[in-house]
Amino acid sequence: MLQPNSENHDMRFALIAEIAKALMLARFRQTMVAAIGVTFSITMFIALLGFMNGLNDLLDGLILNRTPHIRFYNDIKPNEDQPINISDEFRDFFNIIRSVKPSVSRVSIYNNGEIIRTLDGDERILGVAPKIAIQVFFNVGNVDLPGVLNGVEVEAEDKLFAFSDYVVEGSFMDLKYTANSIILGKGAADKMMAEIGDFVQATTAQGNRLQLKVVGFYQSGLGELDNLQSYVSIGTAQRMLGETSSYITDIQVKMHDYALSPAVAREYSSIFGIDADDIQTINAQFETGSQIRSLISYVVGITLLIVSGFGIYNILNMMIYEKMDTIAILKAIGFSGTDVKTVFTTIAISIGLAGGLMGLFFGFVASLGIERIPFETEALPTIKTYPVNFDPKYYIIGGVFSLVTTYLAGYFPSRKASKVDPVEIIRGK
Amino acid sequence: MQKKKIIEAKKINKFFYSPEKTHVLKDVSFVVNKGEFVSVMGKSGCGKSTLLYVLSTMDTDYEGQLYLDDLLVTGASSNHLSRIRNEKIGFVFQFHYLINEFSVLENVMVPGLKLNKKSREELEHIAMEKLKIFDMEDHAFKKANQLSGGQKQRVSIARSLINEPLIIMGDEPTGNLDKKNSDLVFNIFKELAREFHQTMLIVTHDQDFANGTDRTIEMEDGRIISQ
Repeated sequence: MLQPNSENHDMRFALIAEIAKALMLARFRQTMVAAIGVTFSITMFIALLGFMNGLNDLLDGLILNRTPHIRFYNDIKPNEDQPINISDEFRDFFNIIRSVKPSVSRVSIYNNGEIIRTLDGDERILGVAPKIAIQVFFNVGNVDLPGVLNGVEVEAEDKLFAFSDYVVEGSFMDLKYTANSIILGKGAADKMMAEIGDFVQATTAQGNRLQLKVVGFYQSGLGELDNLQSYVSIGTAQRMLGETSSYITDIQVKMHDYALSPAVAREYSSIFGIDADDIQTINAQFETGSQIRSLISYVVGITLLIVSGFGIYNILNMMIYEKMDTIAILKAIGFSGTDVKTVFTTIAISIGLAGGLMGLFFGFVASLGIERIPFETEALPTIKTYPVNFDPKYYIIGGVFSLVTTYLAGYFPSRKASKVDPVEIIRGK
Repeated sequence: MQKKKIIEAKKINKFFYSPEKTHVLKDVSFVVNKGEFVSVMGKSGCGKSTLLYVLSTMDTDYEGQLYLDDLLVTGASSNHLSRIRNEKIGFVFQFHYLINEFSVLENVMVPGLKLNKKSREELEHIAMEKLKIFDMEDHAFKKANQLSGGQKQRVSIARSLINEPLIIMGDEPTGNLDKKNSDLVFNIFKELAREFHQTMLIVTHDQDFANGTDRTIEMEDGRIISQ
C-alpha cells in the first residue's frame, strides 16, 4: 500500500505550485515588492551592461575600425646579415660589429600585387588595402607644419576602415575623382586655416613639392592623429614621390576575427619575408580598459541583485513566520519536509522569474531610451546618441543571475520552513 | 473473532528535556481495535496530548514501539511517516487549522490531492459528499477564514475523512467550541462511529464526551490508570 508515488510527479508539483500561489496571493503586496526589487536590479543590470559595453564597443571601435588588424611593411633597420657573417674566414669567430647603420633598403613592398592577391584569397581575411605613408611638411607662409600623408585606395579604405564616417566635411570620393586632392586632418586644417577648395603646398622629405586641393576634412576623434594625418589618393602619393604605380609601402589587412591577427601576421611575414605588425601586440592596452569597465558593471549589477536577494530572503522569512500554522497543518496532513521546502523554493523562484522577466523587459526599454539620448561631442563625429550594446548575452546572464540569487535567497528560509516541528505549533496555542 | 488492531503501543516512554528532564509518558501500552471509538481522558498535564502526538507519528522522540495497522512505524524515515499520516491518519485539532488561503472545498481536498490516487474531479466529488455529511456543502466555495469556529471544525473533520483513513485522531476537538457547537461536533463523531464504523481516538477532558465513546482510556501522571 505504501508505494512511492513518484510516477505522478507532475500532479504533485501542481499541488505544491497551487499552495505556493495561494501563499503568494495572500501576501500579494510583499511578494510584489520583492519581485519589483528583482525587476529593478535586473533592469539596472541590463541597462548598465548594455551602456557600458556600448561605450566599450565605441571606444574599441575608435581603434579597431580604423587600425588595420595586420600591417605589412618593410621596416628600416640594420641588415641582420652583415658581410662578415658570410665570410668563410670568420665563420667560427664571435664577431662584434659596432656602429651598424640601417642599410638603404627599399621601403616599397616588392611584388606587392601578388601579395595582395594571395591575401585576398585567404578566408580568414576580410579585406586588404594598400597604402603609402609619406612624411611631408605643409608650407604655410614661412612656417612648415609637419604631417603624414596617407596615400590610400579610397574605396578599399572606406570599405575596411569606415573612412567616409570620419570625413566630416566635403566628400571623400572627391579624393579619387579630383586630381592632386587632399583631405586634411581637422587639427592640421585649423592650424593652416584652410577651407575646402583652397590649395595647400606640401613638400616631401625628398624635396618634391606639390599643390594639393583641399576637398574635405578628416576627424577621427583622436586629436593627436587629426593634427598630423591627412589623406591623398594612392596615385597622388605615388606622383609626389615620383614613383611608379606599383609603389606601395604598407599593406593593411582587416580580419574577420581580429583575435587571429597575431598568428596570420607571423605566417605571412615569414612567407613574404616582410615585417608585419598585428593590432593585438600594438594595442594591448585597449583591451584592459574594456575589461575593467565590464568588470565594474558586472560588480555593480551583481551587487544590486544580491541586495534584492536579501529582500526576497526577508519576505520569505516573514511569510514563514506568519504561515507557521499552515506549514504545521500541511505537515500534519502528510506533506513531508521536502514538500514544504519545495513550496517556499517555488515562491522564491517564481518571484525571481517574474521579477527577472520584467527586469529584462524594462532593461531593454531602458536601453532603447538611453540609445535615444543625444550625445554629441567634437571628438566623436560619427556619434549622435549614446551607444548601447544589445547583445543577448547580457540578457541571458541577467536572467540566469536573477534565478540563481532568488534560489539562494529562498534556500535558507525554505530549509527553515521544512524543519518546522508541527507538534510545537499545534500544541503551542 | 479476533478484532484487527489498528494501533498498538508497546511500553511507550517519553521524556521532556527542557527546562529539566521530566518523564511524561511511563510505559504506556494499549491497543485500539478496528471500529472502536476510544477517548483518552485525564487532567491537564497528564501527558494525554503528548501521547496523541506520539501516536500521530509527528513526534518521533520516544522509547518503545508503535504499530499502526500491524506495521512497526517506530524509526521509519520522516518521508515515510508523512506518507503514513497522509494515507492512514485523519487529524482534528483543538484549533481549527484550515488553510486560510484556500476555499473550504480545497481545504477538504488537499490531503487527497497530496495522496494523488484519485483525479481532481473525483476528489472534488468526494469532498462535496463529505461536506454534505456535515451540512457544509453550501459553504464549499467560501474562504476558510469566513467560517465560524464550529463550521471550521466540521470542515476539518470532513478533511480528515477525505482519504478514508484507518483512524481519526482528535486533540480536544470540542475544547475550543461553545456548548452548542461542541454538541454538534460530538454528534458528528458519534455518527461517524455508528454509521461508518470509523475507528477514532479522541483526546478530551470533557467527561460528557468521554461517556459517549465506546471506551475511555484514563491517564494520570503519564500512566494509564484504566482502559
